[in-house]
Amino acid sequence: MNKAVIPLIIFVAMAGLFMVVLNKINQGEYNPRDIPTEFIGRTVPQFDLPDLLDAGNRVTAEQFTGKPWLLNVWGTWCAECWKEHAYLLHLSSQGIPIVGINWRDEDAEAIKFIEQKGNPFVAIGADPKSDAVIDLGVYGAPETFLIDANGIIREKHKGALIPPVWDQKFAPYFAAESR
Amino acid sequence: MKFKFLISGLLLSLCVSVAQARFAAFEFDSKQQEQDYKELTHELRCLVCQNQNIADSNAELAQDLKRKTYDLVKSGKSKQEITDYMTERYGDFVMYRPPVTNSTLLLWAGPFIILLIGLVVLVRVISKRRKAEADNSLTAADKSRAEELLKGD
Repeated sequence: MNKAVIPLIIFVAMAGLFMVVLNKINQGEYNPRDIPTEFIGRTVPQFDLPDLLDAGNRVTAEQFTGKPWLLNVWGTWCAECWKEHAYLLHLSSQGIPIVGINWRDEDAEAIKFIEQKGNPFVAIGADPKSDAVIDLGVYGAPETFLIDANGIIREKHKGALIPPVWDQKFAPYFAAESR
Repeated sequence: MKFKFLISGLLLSLCVSVAQARFAAFEFDSKQQEQDYKELTHELRCLVCQNQNIADSNAELAQDLKRKTYDLVKSGKSKQEITDYMTERYGDFVMYRPPVTNSTLLLWAGPFIILLIGLVVLVRVISKRRKAEADNSLTAADKSRAEELLKGD
């Protein structure tokens, strides 16, 4: 084989690899910054946070055991959280209980956001210092957990909760539950 | 001129107070705790700025993780316990030195494999060159012919 072809072959192989990976990134199938998922199949950590909308009250994981619920980590500083908000409102109108953890926000900012854009949450815990967030292994917002009636985490999604994600990962579970 | 002094004085005192605030934020019960904290924050990887450890990173999550590490150290947890706490939540990914498992085997062995490939290539290149040099050496007949040619037309 002609030796001059070897660099060309290497180049084409690298270009091919980059094309495949970039395509996957563009389609959202692969995120190089993702870290492997922990927590699926584990009991939800017992967080205990001050209630954002009802000072003096506490929001804990225990309050919601008994039926499946969603736990959504969000902040007003997070663009994807704005994006998913309308769909969260839709889900809550369908009777899906969503518990919010408001992460690293000024309380006043968060309250203003909820007042202006509507409240999809059955309760919101304020977590300005990442206490619950670290316990949940969260490192970016939004992130949504699906917790079953026994308090076991069944699903987890990083990024905006958009209809295709809901249909694929979460909806089957709620359909099975209501049957 | 006086004004300038005042400004620089103000700036200096600001710097000093910032530096003091940094030290004051973390106080330890023992040298061992301080040492543990230092080692841990240098070995835990920041999850949002993935090429830094949390000691170097100023990302908010890194700061919160530092505070969490501090709280755990201060409450008397051992280094191993704190490492376990972090990996339980963020996986082996949070460690700059993850344990050797099937999924990290390539990571650990990679540099040695590359070194091996480099050595093989090096040996081959050298032996090829030697061979080429050997081929170039002149026979006695070639030499005398060359000398004749050089002597002139």
